[in-house]
Amino acid sequence: MSGIRLAVPQTATPGEIIEIKALIRHEMESGFRRGSRGEVIARDIITRFECTFEGDTVFASDFHPAIAANPLLTFYAKVSKSGTFTFQWTDQTGQVWSDTAAITVA
Amino acid sequence: MERLLCAAVLLVAACERVPDPQAKTDLASEDIRSGYHFLTPDTQRLQDDAFENPGYLWVDRGAALFETNQKDAPSCGSCHENKLTGAAARYPAFADVSGTLINLEGRINQCRETQQGLPSLPYESDDLLALTTYVANQSKGVPVSVEISERTQPFLEAGRTYFLTRRGQFNLSCQQCHTENWGKQLRGDMISQGHSNGFPAYRLEWQSVGSSHRRLRDCDTGVRAEPLPFGDPIYVAVELYLAARGEELEIESPAVRR
Repeated sequence: MSGIRLAVPQTATPGEIIEIKALIRHEMESGFRRGSRGEVIARDIITRFECTFEGDTVFASDFHPAIAANPLLTFYAKVSKSGTFTFQWTDQTGQVWSDTAAITVA
Repeated sequence: MERLLCAAVLLVAACERVPDPQAKTDLASEDIRSGYHFLTPDTQRLQDDAFENPGYLWVDRGAALFETNQKDAPSCGSCHENKLTGAAARYPAFADVSGTLINLEGRINQCRETQQGLPSLPYESDDLLALTTYVANQSKGVPVSVEISERTQPFLEAGRTYFLTRRGQFNLSCQQCHTENWGKQLRGDMISQGHSNGFPAYRLEWQSVGSSHRRLRDCDTGVRAEPLPFGDPIYVAVELYLAARGEELEIESPAVRR
């Protein structure tokens, strides 16, 4: 199961700086832990997060094993026109989860 | 002679440590504090923020499951038009159908089997956790109020007995920590009163939402006792005792706990 929660304001004024929050459900298994029988629990992490607005990158980040499970990101963007934010998470095997949020700027 | 004296001193010391049979076994109502009270301000903030609280990932999923038709079966929402607001605060409750005490998990599974014709969901499965978290969240802010009557009294007593009984290699009962010593430090943590009003809760230790039975199993393992299986009737009885013990507290699910 994967779940995504996004917090993007629906409207903004031109030039306004808005706060964006993105949360995804993911184990973010570090690869450093061992199970009850001493076996290594394989690494399973998201390695890349990207947020784009109409094709332009707004925010991007590389994830490493120290990122907590269910990673939450908060960042800020300046908006000048209406459009759609696209959020994309890619895990170490190339699996992709994505979601979008539209904003009206007037 | 010296040995005898030594034994006598030991005997006196041992006598002094015998617990008072009249020891406080229930919390005074003015002392009742939710687990929220024992969290750090950062963790409290995480719980309070309905976006950042990771438990809402399960609430979202539960809400979707609640409204989705499963194969031929009608969705939960098609019968429960009030979205079960306030219902979770009354659980565990006595079920007339089975003549026993059932908790929220049991009630959801009973509904699936008898009303929807679906298989019951296993404990701690994603779907069951999502549904229980969603239904519990529908009672957020509602004070816990379980039925204490002639028919639930035996279960309440069974739960109370479990809570008061010493067990495990550490030979500790639940109440020794959670009634007698709450508010004190246990290594890095402050001991809570052990209320259940936040469950299903997101525990930072689990990095996931879990049921109250998972929490009870953790406590039993912590005192090095054999934990009971998920859904054990004794744990359901303990749930009833805990609910009655923290009756004035509001439901916080999905709470964030350490």
